[in-house]
Amino acid sequence: MTDGNFVKVGMADLNVAAEGAVLKTTGLGSCVGLTLFDPQRQVAGMAHIMLPSSDIAREGQLNIAKYADTAIPELLNRVVQLGADRKRLVAKLAGGAQMFAFAGGSDSLRIGPRNVESVKRELDKWAIPVMSEDTGGNYGRTIEFDSRSGVLTVRSVQYGVKEI
Amino acid sequence: MKLFNHNPDFKMDVLREVGNIGAGHAATALSRLLDKPVDMAVPTVSFVPFESIADRVGGPEEVVVAVFLRVDGDAPGNMFFLMSRLQAKLLLQGLAGFEPAGDGGYSELELSALCEIGNILAGSYLSSLADLTGLAMSPSVPSVAVDMAGAILSYGLLQFGTMGDDALLIDTTFLRGRQEAEGHFYFIPDPESFEKIFVSLGVPLE
Repeated sequence: MTDGNFVKVGMADLNVAAEGAVLKTTGLGSCVGLTLFDPQRQVAGMAHIMLPSSDIAREGQLNIAKYADTAIPELLNRVVQLGADRKRLVAKLAGGAQMFAFAGGSDSLRIGPRNVESVKRELDKWAIPVMSEDTGGNYGRTIEFDSRSGVLTVRSVQYGVKEI
Repeated sequence: MKLFNHNPDFKMDVLREVGNIGAGHAATALSRLLDKPVDMAVPTVSFVPFESIADRVGGPEEVVVAVFLRVDGDAPGNMFFLMSRLQAKLLLQGLAGFEPAGDGGYSELELSALCEIGNILAGSYLSSLADLTGLAMSPSVPSVAVDMAGAILSYGLLQFGTMGDDALLIDTTFLRGRQEAEGHFYFIPDPESFEKIFVSLGVPLE
């Protein structure tokens, strides 16, 4: 969905942009917003990843944008199709918060940190360096990625606007 | 969900009644706490796409006050008591005469009071469901957050995340007087819990 110069990325969704269009995803909690960027070609991709691994999937038709291990190869393909050079790609990530804290919380309640770990492990596999990140904490984030400058703008209720 | 292939309307009706009974007791508890009438709308039961889960409370970026409780026991699930910031302030004022802080923030005491309200409401919701179904259901320690609705509610969708891209939500709106919304009560049973709820109530699965 394109709204003016914005390209919206929904929950468990991914998309790509170029020519100065801005990728945006809202309300990241324990989900991780990942961006891939080729600075030279100014081509960018964004994924809103919800769960760490497709191993736990029980759905009939797998939504590959939902899981870290399936979303990253797909996003990589999509930015390369749009003209990015795989060797130049750099990553930024935000989100992976733990929205609610419980004493002795079970594994499913640690989903934010686990998403971040899983995304980094997958990026490592593809040898894509992480340039910067704003992850963890206990608050939600909305992010925008400028496909020209490669700046990731992170907005939160508590901490306002931050560029990474 | 396969479970809903057969006789879906009847099953949705059953869940609506489950929500009605649970939220009815919760509304009564809230009304006693505030010592004033609290009305409620008929619960809506629907499969909601993840993407639009926050639409009923103003969209994913809308800042809301939410008390979250995990439901443990025979039919586990997630429960949210959601309010706008204004509603939360009014609730606190009505409950204990808290004067709103000028900066729109919340003191530790206010957050703790909200947690306790959530606890009482969820407790009455769940104990009435437990009486109805004979299933053991108990709320975890409540946790409160003031944040973007999308970030908060996505937390309640994780159990559905592995199944597909939508979640079955039992949503009840509490009303102050006759029109103005007081808050929302969301009950999102885990996908595995529906079968247990239906069996306990004698609803034929096939």
